[in-house]
Order: sequence, then C-alpha cells, then structure tokens
Amino acid sequence: MSLPVLNIQDLSIHYQTEQGPLQALRDVNLQVPEGKIIGIIGESGCGKSTLISAIIRLLAPNARIGRGSVNFKGRDLLRLSRDHMRALRGDEISMVFQDPMTSLNPVLTIGRQMYDVQHRSAANRAEKTARSLQMLDRVGISDPATQLQRYPHHLSGGMRQRVAIAMALMAEPDLLIADEPTTALDATLEVQIIHRLKELQREFGCSILFISHHLSVIAELCDEVIVMYAGEVVESGSVRDVFIDPRHPYTQKLLECDPARIAQRTRELPVIEGSLPNLVDLPGGCIFRERCSHRLARCGEDRPDLSGNQHQAACHLLDAES
Amino acid sequence: MFAFIIRRGLLSLLILFLAVSLLFGMIHMVPGDPATVMLGPKATPELKAEYSRRMGLDRPLVIQLGRFYAGLARGDLGVDPFSERNVVNIVWEQLPYTMMLVLAAIGGASLLGIPLGCFSAIRRNSLLDRLTAVMSVAFIAIPSFVVALYLLLWLAVKWRWFPAMGAGESGNFSDQAYHLVLPAIALGLGWVGYIARLVRASMLEVMEENHIRTARAFGLSERTIILHYALRIALLPTVTILGLGIGSMLSGALFAEIVFSRPGIGKLLYDAVLTRNYPIVMGSVLVTTGFFVLSTLAADVINAFLDPRLREQRGS
Ligand SMILES: Nc1ncnc2c1ncn2[C@@H]1O[C@H](COP(=O)(O)OP(=O)(O)OP(=O)(O)O)[C@@H](O)[C@H]1O
Ligand code: SF4
Ligand SMILES: [Mg+2]
Repeated sequence: MSLPVLNIQDLSIHYQTEQGPLQALRDVNLQVPEGKIIGIIGESGCGKSTLISAIIRLLAPNARIGRGSVNFKGRDLLRLSRDHMRALRGDEISMVFQDPMTSLNPVLTIGRQMYDVQHRSAANRAEKTARSLQMLDRVGISDPATQLQRYPHHLSGGMRQRVAIAMALMAEPDLLIADEPTTALDATLEVQIIHRLKELQREFGCSILFISHHLSVIAELCDEVIVMYAGEVVESGSVRDVFIDPRHPYTQKLLECDPARIAQRTRELPVIEGSLPNLVDLPGGCIFRERCSHRLARCGEDRPDLSGNQHQAACHLLDAES
Repeated sequence: MFAFIIRRGLLSLLILFLAVSLLFGMIHMVPGDPATVMLGPKATPELKAEYSRRMGLDRPLVIQLGRFYAGLARGDLGVDPFSERNVVNIVWEQLPYTMMLVLAAIGGASLLGIPLGCFSAIRRNSLLDRLTAVMSVAFIAIPSFVVALYLLLWLAVKWRWFPAMGAGESGNFSDQAYHLVLPAIALGLGWVGYIARLVRASMLEVMEENHIRTARAFGLSERTIILHYALRIALLPTVTILGLGIGSMLSGALFAEIVFSRPGIGKLLYDAVLTRNYPIVMGSVLVTTGFFVLSTLAADVINAFLDPRLREQRGS
C-alpha cells in the first residue's frame, strides 16, 4: 500500500467559549490513501467541519489546536508557515464548502471568481476563460458562456454547488475536500453530481475527503468511511465492512434507523434518540454512553480505544467478544 | 441600470418638491417683517405696503408658493430686491464654491478614512486602530466651526502657512485649491475617524463571511481578498452614510464659509436670512436641498454600481 496523501494523528481541537473550552475534536486519527475517496459521516455538530477546516488551517478565530499533526505528503500542515500554507491552498488541496448559497462572492461574476482562482496559472486571460468554460461544462452546466457573465444570486443552489465543484477541480488538486457538497441539491441532481465527481476523480486521479449526511451517497461514492460521534472517530473501515457489518452501536443505530438501509436514498441522517453530550463539560468513559442500549459497567469509567486492523471501532463490546 | 437611475431621479424630484414647499412655509413663519428689515424702521407704512406688493408678500402663502414654482419652471427664481439682479445668476455664481468645499472635504475624509478603516480592521488593536478609535470620538464631539477657528488661528494667522480668507483668484486653479485646504480640513476632519470606524466595522463583518473563507481556501493573496473581495461589500453602508452626510456637511459649510470669509451658498444664505431677503433665501435653500438630494442619489447609484443585487432589485 502506498503512503497516505493525508495522515491525521491524534488531532484535538477546542473552541474557546464563554462557558469554557468546547472540545470539538479529541484524538482524531484519519488516513486518506492516494486516489481513494474517504467519506465522513456523523450527525450535526460532531466536528466534521472543524476537522476539514483544521486541515487547510482556516479555523474560526476562537479555535485552538491542542495537539496532534496533519501530515500532507510528508509535511505537517499545522507547523507550516503561513505563506507555505497559502501556497498549498487551491493548488495541492482544494475545497468545496458546505453552504453553496454563501460561499461564492455576491458582488463578483462567476467568470471573475473562476478567473481569480487560477491565479497561479501562467495562462493568459483568454486561456483561463476557456478553461473555466471547459470546467463548467464538465460539471454539467449548460451554456457556460452565459453563466460566466452572471452573479451567484442568479444561480440556483445546485448550479452554485456545481460552480464550486468546478472551481475546486480546476486546480487539479492532490486532495479535494468536499463538505456536504450535495446537501443543497435534490435527489436526482445529487446522483448526477456524485457520478460526475466519481468520473472526474478517476480522470484527475485525486484523493477526496467527502463529508455527507447521506448514508447512501457515502455508500455509492466512497471507498472507505469514517463514522464520527461528538468529536471522536468511533468506527472506520471500508464502506463494505462498515455498512454490512457495523461494529459500533452508534453506527448500528444509524443503519438501523435507515429503514431501507443503503439501498434507498434518505435525505438526512437518521435521527437517534437522545442528544449529543455537552462538549464543554465532557462525561468520562464512553462518549456514546448516554444513548447506548448495550451499555456495560465499565463504559462509565474507561474510554474505549479504537481496536481492529482494517475495520476499527471504539467500543468495549468488542474487547468482551475477543 | 438606466431604469434604476430614472426611478431614483423621479423619487428625488418628489422629495425635493416636498422639502422645498415645507421650507417655503417655514421661512415665512420666521418673525420679522421683511419690509421693515429691508426699508429700515423709519419707513412709512405706505412704502412698506408698496414693497410688500411688489414682492408679492401680501398674497396668501399658497399663491406665493405657486408663483415660486411657476417661476422655477421657467428657470426664474425672482429678482434680488437689493441688487435687482436675477437670483438664479447670484446663486449659480456661489454654488461652485460650496460644492468644491463639500466635495473636497468629503473626498479628503474618504481618502484618509477608508484606508485607515481598512487597516484597522486587518490589524485589529494595533496602535493605528486605537488611534482612529480615539480620533473618531474626539472629532465627532468637536463641532466643525471650532476646528475652523483654531485652524484659522494657528495655520493661517500665526504660522501663515495657508491663506486666511477668501476663495482665491478666480480662474487660478492652484490658488483656489490652496484656499480650499483649511476650510476643507475644518469641514472634513470630523469625518475621517467616523468613516474609518464605519469601514472598520463593516470590514470586520465581511471578513467573517463564508465567501471570504472560500477565497482564502483558494490561496488568493490577502491583498486581493481585501481590495477586490471584501472592501467592495464593506463600502456599501459607508457610501449611503456619506451620501446622507453631505446634508450635515452643508450646514457645516455655512460656518466654514463665514469663518474663512469664503463666498458660497452658506454665506449667501446667512446674509439673506439676516436681511429677510426671501428670493435669495429660497434660491439658496432650493439649490442646497437639490444638492443634498442629488448626493443621496449619487450614493445609491454608486452602491448599485458596487453591488449587482441592488442594481437589479431596484431597477426592475
Ligand atoms: N466558532 C465556534 N465557536 C464555538 N463553538 C463552535 C464553533 N464552531 C463550531 N463549534 C461547535 O463545535 C462543534 C463541532 O462543529 P462543526 O461545525 O465542526 O460540526 P459539523 O459536524 O460540521 O456539523 P454540521 O453537520 O451541522 O455541519 C459543535 O458543537 C459546534 O457547536
Ligand atoms: S463502549 Fe459501552 S457505551 Fe460505548 S458504545 Fe460500546 S457498549 Fe455502548
Ligand atoms: Mg459542518
């Protein structure tokens, strides 16, 4: 196996809040192998956006990195100088952000924004415009020449999301990070985009870190999946392993709640009874304890570690079995 | 864009009409009989009545107002009873002085205030940031005529760096600009800090927006992000406030013109009010109101130019 493009080790991040430090991520480990698509699932607030913002170092001002490393092609991004970090952005790593309605500049045309993100290319204006047209065409936008003249508010959410994907792919990055890029789309569009993305990924040969609430999308697009809960990775493995043989009670609940399993599309992540623990005042032991129906006595005291090789999960039930 | 300007233009005319009618009524409620002021206390009642008839002051207010607009439609604002000259000509001669003063003040204040605000937003809590914070509060609190008096005292009278009086030789541009410096500073100084704080506040807000994060995620330089992606949006509220601010600048111009003995609409209006010279008062009020309405219109047009969403929303 080749070295992973991205290797995150023991990453812990908290936000400074009035109530005290909010532990958004705790000891997160994650690898993205070259040319693979890795999915991250987890309910709202489990730290997915925090994780990817940390990778490109665009965290909110009140975020603090406690410990850990983010290794990208042999360099620790957390220790890179600002200029070196900027040089990576939009070149080796590019991003599609969560909210397409607000992630494009409202007062500049699509054409101008697509032109600007090619700032590293030596091509002239005409060549850059041609490239923008070509990329818009590739993501399935009809009449790209007209769209270049338009402003974001002229475009529907789906169109903007395609523009954002086109912009991100234009850089031909080694790693594409997409934060719920299909949430704003309806089901048919979503399928289209997913297929496009998969096609383009094969063509450009990049790795993708893909966040989604939609189990079916993850199942369809990704090679591996990481399940997050309240700032921790609770299970990870190949899509096949995790979806067919979920080991963590949280993952099991997720799949159980989804009546059609992964065969049919669901719009949102299934709702599980109970709510996320308070991240400012974390309980000891297993993070999922409050909502777990298999709770053991030691779950209240020991925090379970990830165990397993290719398919890992963090639950005491697994120790008991082995 | 064109439709937008037409619509806004018509609205401006309506505002102008209402404002001028209101002012017309108010001026005539100011105590003091114009005939007495004009002709002196010793004038006979017959003389006064004759004067009032000649000026149309004996007619009901509505008729007077109607006449005023009828004249206005022909481009006629009446005749100055002192000099017997056409009011339009008198006002037209004075207007450029005031316009230049106000535009120099607001232009200078923007040229200083916008970069200052931008800088203090980027380098929050830097020395310069704190300085503009203090400056904005300090200078807003000091009225412009006080600033004018001290500038006059030190820079003009004591050190003689700048001329103390007048507007400079007509036709000599550099001399006029030289004479413009002190009054423009007096008028604009209070605005520098204010503009800086406005720009800073909206800049801070815009820099938090998602699209700025997108621009950063593509590695655009901070310079491009600030100048092309953020400032344009951050300027919108400032431009609106500047457009409105010209109104209060016009009243400030009155003091500056008196202190520096500059010709201008403010000075003209001041003298005309003292002598109850109604035609001149109305003429001056009309052009200043027109100037104010035009400047808010200009602010809207600039904003529509900066933001495509405004352009379409109001244009359609
Ligand atoms: N700037 C911030 N200050 C304080 N707390 C924050 C901040 N940003 C996020 N959080 C908190 O950190 C936790 C993780 O947030 P994050 O946005 O990473 O979640 P997410 O998994 O991306 O959720 P979603 O699916 O809704 O996008 C949440 O509890 C959130 O409330
Ligand atoms: S460790 Fe215990 S509480 Fe946590 S998921 Fe496993 S069984 Fe449930
Ligand atoms: Mg998120």
